[in-house]
Amino acid sequence: MASPARLELTGITKRFPGVLANDNVGFSVKPGEIHALLGENGAGKSTLVKMIYGIMQPDAGEIRWDGQRINVANPKAARKLGIGMVFQHFSLFEAMTVLENIALGMDAKIPARDLESRILAVMGQYGLKLEPHRIVSTLSVGERQRIEIVRALLLNPKLLIMDEPTSVLTPQEVEQLFTVLRKLAQEGCSILYISHKLHEIKALCDTATILRGGKLVDTCDPAVETSRSMAEKMIGSSLKDISRVAGRAFGATKLAVQALSLAADGPFGTALSDISFNVRAGELFGVAGVAGNGQNALLLALSGEATNADPASVTVDGVAVGHMQARARRGHGVASVPEERNGHAAVPIFTLADNAVLTARDRLGMVRAGLIDAKAARTYAGEVIEAFAVKATGPSAMAESLSGGNLQKYIMGREILQKPQVLVVSQPTWGVDAGAAAAIHQALVDLAATGSAIVVISQDLDELLSLCDTMAVINGGRLSRPMAVAEAKIDEIGLLMGGIHGEAAHAH
Amino acid sequence: MGIDFIIAAIITVVGLTTPILLAGLGELVVEKSGVLNLGVEGMMLMGAISGFAVTVFTFNPWFGVLGAAAGGALASLLFAVLVLQLNSNQVATGLALTIFGTGLSSLMGLSFTGRIVVPFLSVFPDSLAKHEYLQLIFGYSPIVYFALIMVPLTTWFLKSTRAGLILRAVGENDLSAHSIGYSVIKVRYAAIAFGGAMAGIGGCYFSMVITPMWAEKMTAGRGWIALALVVFAGWRTGRLLAGAYFFGILMALELYAKASGFSFLPSQFWAAMPYAMTVVALSFISSRGTAGANAPACLGKPFLPST
Repeated sequence: MASPARLELTGITKRFPGVLANDNVGFSVKPGEIHALLGENGAGKSTLVKMIYGIMQPDAGEIRWDGQRINVANPKAARKLGIGMVFQHFSLFEAMTVLENIALGMDAKIPARDLESRILAVMGQYGLKLEPHRIVSTLSVGERQRIEIVRALLLNPKLLIMDEPTSVLTPQEVEQLFTVLRKLAQEGCSILYISHKLHEIKALCDTATILRGGKLVDTCDPAVETSRSMAEKMIGSSLKDISRVAGRAFGATKLAVQALSLAADGPFGTALSDISFNVRAGELFGVAGVAGNGQNALLLALSGEATNADPASVTVDGVAVGHMQARARRGHGVASVPEERNGHAAVPIFTLADNAVLTARDRLGMVRAGLIDAKAARTYAGEVIEAFAVKATGPSAMAESLSGGNLQKYIMGREILQKPQVLVVSQPTWGVDAGAAAAIHQALVDLAATGSAIVVISQDLDELLSLCDTMAVINGGRLSRPMAVAEAKIDEIGLLMGGIHGEAAHAH
Repeated sequence: MGIDFIIAAIITVVGLTTPILLAGLGELVVEKSGVLNLGVEGMMLMGAISGFAVTVFTFNPWFGVLGAAAGGALASLLFAVLVLQLNSNQVATGLALTIFGTGLSSLMGLSFTGRIVVPFLSVFPDSLAKHEYLQLIFGYSPIVYFALIMVPLTTWFLKSTRAGLILRAVGENDLSAHSIGYSVIKVRYAAIAFGGAMAGIGGCYFSMVITPMWAEKMTAGRGWIALALVVFAGWRTGRLLAGAYFFGILMALELYAKASGFSFLPSQFWAAMPYAMTVVALSFISSRGTAGANAPACLGKPFLPST
């Protein structure tokens, strides 16, 4: 080897109480290499990069930088070495401008005018479009990510760590991001790319390191591997496909939404305008879109948390329910799972049984003469835990004690076992590992097979394409024409997500 | 209604506005850092007695103003320790600070009751300060000019300096500011102390300028108006200045209603006007649904970093 690796890890071990997050992990990244770090949630990817970026210290092992053994004491030291990081959850200040946000992230004090010209230079160089004086709250998620990228690039990094960068982007934005990353790599910057989206890794990365349960499974060449073979290494067993009956026929319309409009909720909310669609019995209807385009409002309007003056705006089995509150709608068979697990779908400091009472009390008769039937609640919570393989100590476990994926399985199970006529779910597999996601998808398909109508609101296009029968795109509070998933074109969906309505969208 | 009357009225309005402008500016900075300090009334009273006491001992009103700033700041630091170090509830602690400040200032004031100091009036020569028209510009206590200078200074600090940027960042998203590497606690300590000092100076305007003597609870609820003023102004300094003068005019109306015996409405009606207008203004602002847009996102929430 002529020159030393840009970054070389050997024997990195990190232990948390009760968990071995990283067990003797080692790999190396060459200058200009795009290196993928693959693994499920909890595989130890985040812990590993946090040690590289100086947020945590390894218990054992060594980190070498350009051949020198180093200790990264804190993120500031990491930035000084030339390590930049773009986090999955942006640390941005909503009410401030792009320029102010970038200035806050710089270690050196640079006068605002110089900083602005440097930002414009970096943006021009990499084709990143941003207006420095826009307020962050008015920006799309893709634009917000660009702020973080510009912030990292201003430091002239030699290694850029990207933590799940594409989970919130439209396909076109992903393509733009890849162009930037390839350009950076050509200039000699190494990139450590964390993701679980295998086709992206095949398209972008030179090398992939796969982690499972904190251990290094394999370092491979994504060009040689198939998506399936990498996925199987990642989860450690063979992948199960969603099993569904082929050529299903749909029944009569179960859920009909007609000219639904809803005022914006708060200064950063999105108003819904003139949304219409039908979902038939047995149909899985997907709503794609970039975050913040009215998905939350749509869920609230369907679940009954937000009511509408016009009863006919939402009908279930022919009954107009648009004016009804959530509880009355539940009586007509509408169940919903909002995006936020803790605090919206479930009360964190309630037990699982108590959380079951919150939504299932009427349909399953858990309240008698005004008193909660604790035994019925516990029995039902137990059934859900059993049926959905939820890892919990039992019905009396606190909701907050469950991991994200397990709580999500529990909440999905709590609604599905009530056998709703209409189920509306938002981000059903957000932050859930592949195994749990597959189980949730299967449960949704099985529920549809019993004749329920299901609406899946998700930012994960792959999820919608593999799960749904029909889909539409929400943008700026408007819903596009529904299209059959089998005939949907990714390009068109991407354009719709970006707010560009093509000819096809206008035709109806 | 002669020109003399109008000049006198303007001077009255300026006098009534100054304390709430000072306290409001201080509270605005505190709230911009994400802390809600409801103890403004208590800090003003602490400032009023501290300023008065220092003036009595030193015969120097300039030291008195410094003493008032120190008194207000010390009272606010008590609040800061409870809220920042021990994560106590900001609303309850702020209310406690008002009660504590009211009580402690009364206790400290026991030996000062009945004493008078030379009022801290204009330092310009009488030819300017007492001039028929020029008194409109030169006829005020130095505290008035200080308050007016602090408006653009605070605006400049918040908008254009790096320290101001960091302060707003801390109020907007404390966890992000922490993760970038700023000390949320230190920034908030500084903001709270500044708010306390400003409230203290506002308070001493009562005991050193308006009535140059000490009386219990002499700030008469103006601390609460200062608090409302911050919300009324939508956390903007320019609007805070305008709002302070609006309230100042309302309070002057009460005085003139009493003095000239407007008989069609009882003077209590005018006395209630600033408070009633606060409610009306707040309802109006929140009904437009934009009140939250400019509020610091972390206002009133304790800072609890996970790591």
